Amino acid sequence: MKLPIYLDYSATTPVDPRVAEKMMQYLTLDGNFGNPASRSHRFGWQAEEAVDIARNDIADLVNADAREIVFTSGATESNNLAIKGVANFYGKKGKHIITAKTEHKAVLDPCRQLERDGFEVTYLDPNDQGIITPEQVQGAFREDTILVSIMHVNNEIGVIQDIAAIGELCRSNKILFHVDAAQSVGKMPIDLKELKVDLMSFSAHKIYGPKGIGALYVQRKPRIRLDAQMHGGGHERGMRSGTLPTHQIVGMGEAFKIAKAEMAQENERIIALRDRLWNGVKDMEEVYVNGSVEQRIAGNLNVSFNFVEGESLVMALKDLAVSSGSACTSASLEPSYVLRALGRDDELAHSSIRFSIGRFTTAEEIDYAIDIINKNIGRLREMSPLWDMFKEGIDLSTVEWAHH
Amino acid sequence: MAYSDKVIDHYENPRNVGSFEKNDPTVATGMVGAPACGDVMKLQLKITEEGVIEDAKFKTYGCGSAIASSSLVTEWVKGKTLDEAAAIKNTDISAELALPPVKIHCSILAEDAIKAAIDDYKSKKA
Repeated sequence: MKLPIYLDYSATTPVDPRVAEKMMQYLTLDGNFGNPASRSHRFGWQAEEAVDIARNDIADLVNADAREIVFTSGATESNNLAIKGVANFYGKKGKHIITAKTEHKAVLDPCRQLERDGFEVTYLDPNDQGIITPEQVQGAFREDTILVSIMHVNNEIGVIQDIAAIGELCRSNKILFHVDAAQSVGKMPIDLKELKVDLMSFSAHKIYGPKGIGALYVQRKPRIRLDAQMHGGGHERGMRSGTLPTHQIVGMGEAFKIAKAEMAQENERIIALRDRLWNGVKDMEEVYVNGSVEQRIAGNLNVSFNFVEGESLVMALKDLAVSSGSACTSASLEPSYVLRALGRDDELAHSSIRFSIGRFTTAEEIDYAIDIINKNIGRLREMSPLWDMFKEGIDLSTVEWAHH
Repeated sequence: MAYSDKVIDHYENPRNVGSFEKNDPTVATGMVGAPACGDVMKLQLKITEEGVIEDAKFKTYGCGSAIASSSLVTEWVKGKTLDEAAAIKNTDISAELALPPVKIHCSILAEDAIKAAIDDYKSKKA
C-alpha cells in the first residue's frame, strides 16, 4: 500500500489507464494528430471522426443528442458560458437570476460579476441538510427571472439536489434552468430527455478523464440561445471558438463511455467502502456527518470531529490526502462557506474533513485510514482543553472566553 | 503550509501534555484564547514555596503552531522563578519555532498563558 492514501476523488481523479492509452493515439506524427476543423485532407477528417465518436459517447451517458454537446476547457468555463451567455442573450427579457449559497465558486463568481453588470441575483439558503427545496426556488421566482442555476451534487458535502422537480417548475414558468453536474455526471444516472434542464455543465477529470476538458449541454428543443464568451473561428456552432483538442476530447469520450458501462457496479463498491469508513469512525463521540446522508452521492463522506481543530487534524492525517473545511488550510481565513450555509457553527466547520472515495480506493486503504483517524482524534482530544471541559459537562457556549 | 522541523517535532511529540489539580494551592492555571478564534491554551504551573516553577503542563486546542508554542513554553518555564518566566517574550517563542507571520498570534497566546497562570497564582496567594 502506497502512502499517502488518496481520498480526494472529489477534487480530481487519476486518468484511467484505458483513457490514457487512447489519448496517446492522438498526439504524435504516427498518431491521429490532425485539426478536426481541417476539411481538405484526411488528417482533419480522421480527427473530426474521433471527435464525433467522443461526442456521441458523451451524449450517450446523459441521454442527449450529440449536437447538444459544446466542448469547453472544463466545468468552470461551462458554468461561465451558461450563466453569462444566457444573461447576455436574454438580458433584455429580465435581469433576475436565482442560485444557491452552496454553489461552486464557478457559479457564484459569474453571478457576482453579473451583479456588477446590473443583474440581480437571489442566493437561496439550503436547509441544515444542505438541500434546496423546489418550493424555495418557486418562492424566489419573479416576473423578470430569466435563469435558475442549481448544482446537481455539491462538491464539499456530496448532497444531491432535486433537479427533476426544480426543472419542472422552471419549465412551466418559462425560466431557463442550468445545472452544474461536475460532481454527478458518471456517478449517477442523468437522463436529459426526461429532465427539464436547459443547460448542464460537465467536467472530464472528475470521472477519470483528463484535466482541461469539459462540456456544456445546450438543449436544442426548445432551442436555447447563448452569447459566446470566447470569439474566434466559430467552432462549436459559434458558441465556443478555439481549435478542438482532439486528444482531450477522445479522453473525455472514453472516460464517459467507461462510466456508462461501469457506473452501477462501481457505485455499489464505493458505497460499501464509504459505509466501511463511516462505521469505522462513527462510534467515537461527537462525530457528525455534514449534509444529508440519504440524498448523497456514493463517494462523499464529510465529517466534523468536534473539539479538534481542523489544521492540526490535517497535520495528524498526513498519510491521508483529504480536504478540510477549516480556514487554516485555505488562502482565505474563513471556514467553509458551504458548511456555514448549513448553519454549522464555526467550530464544527473548522473541524470538518471531506473524504472522497473512488475507482482505485481499496478496502485495505479504508481500514488503514480508519486506524489513523481513530488514533489521532484520540490523541488530539487528549491534548484539547475543550474536550476536558466537554467531559466535565461544561457547556462551552456559556463560557466567557478571554478573547485576544 | 510548510512548518519548521521544530514545530513538527513539538506537534508530533508534544512535551508535558496533561493537567494538575487546579484547586491545589501550589498550582497556577492560565487559560487563554477562544474556540471561535480557533485556539484555546491551558497552561498549568506547579510552584514551590520559594516561587520556583518545578513542573508545567499544557492542553491546547488549535493548529500545529499553537500546540508547538505551548509545548515549548512548558519546557522553558521549568526551573525558572515566576519573574524569570514572566520575562519570556512571544518573539523568543516565534524565533525558536521559526513561525511564519500568520502564526505569530500562537506565540502571543503562549506568552499570555504564562502571564495568566502567574496572575492566577498571585490571586490564590493573596
